Amino acid sequence: MNTIKQILGVLWIILAAAAAYFCVFEFGLPKLLSDQQDDLVFGIIILFILTPLIVLGLGTFGYFAVIGEYNDKKK
Amino acid sequence: MSKTSTKGIWKVISASSMGTMIEWYDFYIFGSLAVVISTKFFPSDNPTAAFLSTLATFAAGFVVRPFGALFFGRLGDIIGRKYTFMATLLLMGGSTFLIGCIPSYETIGFMAPLLVLILRLLQGLALGGEYGGAATYVAEHAPVGQKGYWTSWIQTTATVGLFISLMVILATKNVLSPEDFDSWGWRVPFWVSIVMVGVSYLIRKNMDESPVFAKAKKEGTTSTNPLKESFGNRYNLKFVLLALFGATMGQGVVWYTGQFYAMSFMKTVMNIDSSQVDGLLGIALLLGTPFFIFFGWLSDKIGRKYIMMGGMLLAILFYRPIYKMMYNTTDVSYKTELTQATKETIEVNKDNDSIYTTHKEYTDRTSFLQKKTHFSGKKDDQITTSIAINSSDEWTLIFLVFIQVLFVTMVYGPIAAFLVEMFPTKIRYTSMSLPYHVGNGIFGGLLPAISTYFVTHSKQAGKTDFYLDGLWYPIIIASVCFVIGMIYIDNKNKTNHL
Repeated sequence: MNTIKQILGVLWIILAAAAAYFCVFEFGLPKLLSDQQDDLVFGIIILFILTPLIVLGLGTFGYFAVIGEYNDKKK
Repeated sequence: MSKTSTKGIWKVISASSMGTMIEWYDFYIFGSLAVVISTKFFPSDNPTAAFLSTLATFAAGFVVRPFGALFFGRLGDIIGRKYTFMATLLLMGGSTFLIGCIPSYETIGFMAPLLVLILRLLQGLALGGEYGGAATYVAEHAPVGQKGYWTSWIQTTATVGLFISLMVILATKNVLSPEDFDSWGWRVPFWVSIVMVGVSYLIRKNMDESPVFAKAKKEGTTSTNPLKESFGNRYNLKFVLLALFGATMGQGVVWYTGQFYAMSFMKTVMNIDSSQVDGLLGIALLLGTPFFIFFGWLSDKIGRKYIMMGGMLLAILFYRPIYKMMYNTTDVSYKTELTQATKETIEVNKDNDSIYTTHKEYTDRTSFLQKKTHFSGKKDDQITTSIAINSSDEWTLIFLVFIQVLFVTMVYGPIAAFLVEMFPTKIRYTSMSLPYHVGNGIFGGLLPAISTYFVTHSKQAGKTDFYLDGLWYPIIIASVCFVIGMIYIDNKNKTNHL
């Protein structure tokens, strides 16, 4: 199980990077550049709150998993 | 650990739950009265006021709650649980009451939306601090092996708060004429809050500090810098991240889908009459609420993990079939029209706008009303549709919403106990509040915006079942959370700190 936890850590890092791309280029920037007031607020929230949260949070979680922080023996 | 008697714990539960329920009530009445509030404070023809409106509606739910969790969590770990969550109660109650007292935009101009925004942000801050305090306070009083059961009472408060807010608004509307409600009656639900807060404050004031925290304080083992210890310490940070990505993130989207997305789907996609939706949602919430207690109790017996993950898995598997069935109940293309009952009228108002009204009846007693307004000199028409469903379809929808509330109770019932057990006393309030409010406020709160994006995208691509594609957001988030939770969370909770 520990090996699976560590291997999946790489997946969480990749997922964080993919989510960052999606949040910035597919979702955040188009909303930020839209003329709609509602979209502007969501664009700001997605770019400056959600994206850093996923990238830093999920990325750090993945890193911790890779180095074995969540392995059973270390608990 | 705790020597609180059963009678004593009921006092703790009543004091904590009532205050938390009032805070949720305060938080929801703003959303439930959003339409009337926007006409009083945020005129749509003023772009700055409209911008403040969006901020007031969403910023308090998304951005401010985690900051409230950090601010009040830190206080709660330094000065104590009791005084901190009394402060959040007063802040929330005071802000809510004052929103009900602000003169309209017509009277004081730009100050009106600005004051509403400030008070709404204070509401968000207070909510961010309240939940963690109440859950921690109850858990630290509860006997060992019964934390899930006792904290599940706190878990009912969000749903009960939503239910009571709907009922108070409905009662006020029933007592007053539509003109009076629009003129001043909408302020009543805000004023009611101060009475409830006053009673709750008096009850809480007479409660003792949490025995676990009082002991830690006496021994001098409380933290001097909970923020640094929670997030600057790798050992604690890894559990904060696990709590967020393995539990609260999925719980947040399941919670919002089962209650708010379901409501918005019925009102805006299925076009069901608004009061009919409020009524059937109220029944489903009422039927589902006892299950918070049941799953909290069950989590003490079989562990928290599999109940929470089971709720997420069921949501992932059944959301699309459930929403497909919901949609079919009002899909008039499957119904037989009573052609002799069809009425079509055209009228022209004083502004020379043409209003086309179509009223149809169906053999199963469903009625359909559509108003198409062609504004004079404008290109785009405005179309509003309202469908009144029959009793049988109403019960079908109550059942389908109830099933979703059941998923909510599975993921939400045990989570307070799960979170408080994860962290040590000295940083518990701070450490558990942040992942909870990020999971609910950010991942859950963004659900309407992101789901709308998926629906619009699919509609533009010409997909026939585009209305189901908004569900991809909760399904994807819950799936990631399910995998992380299943692999990384230990059902026996070897790090139990309570």
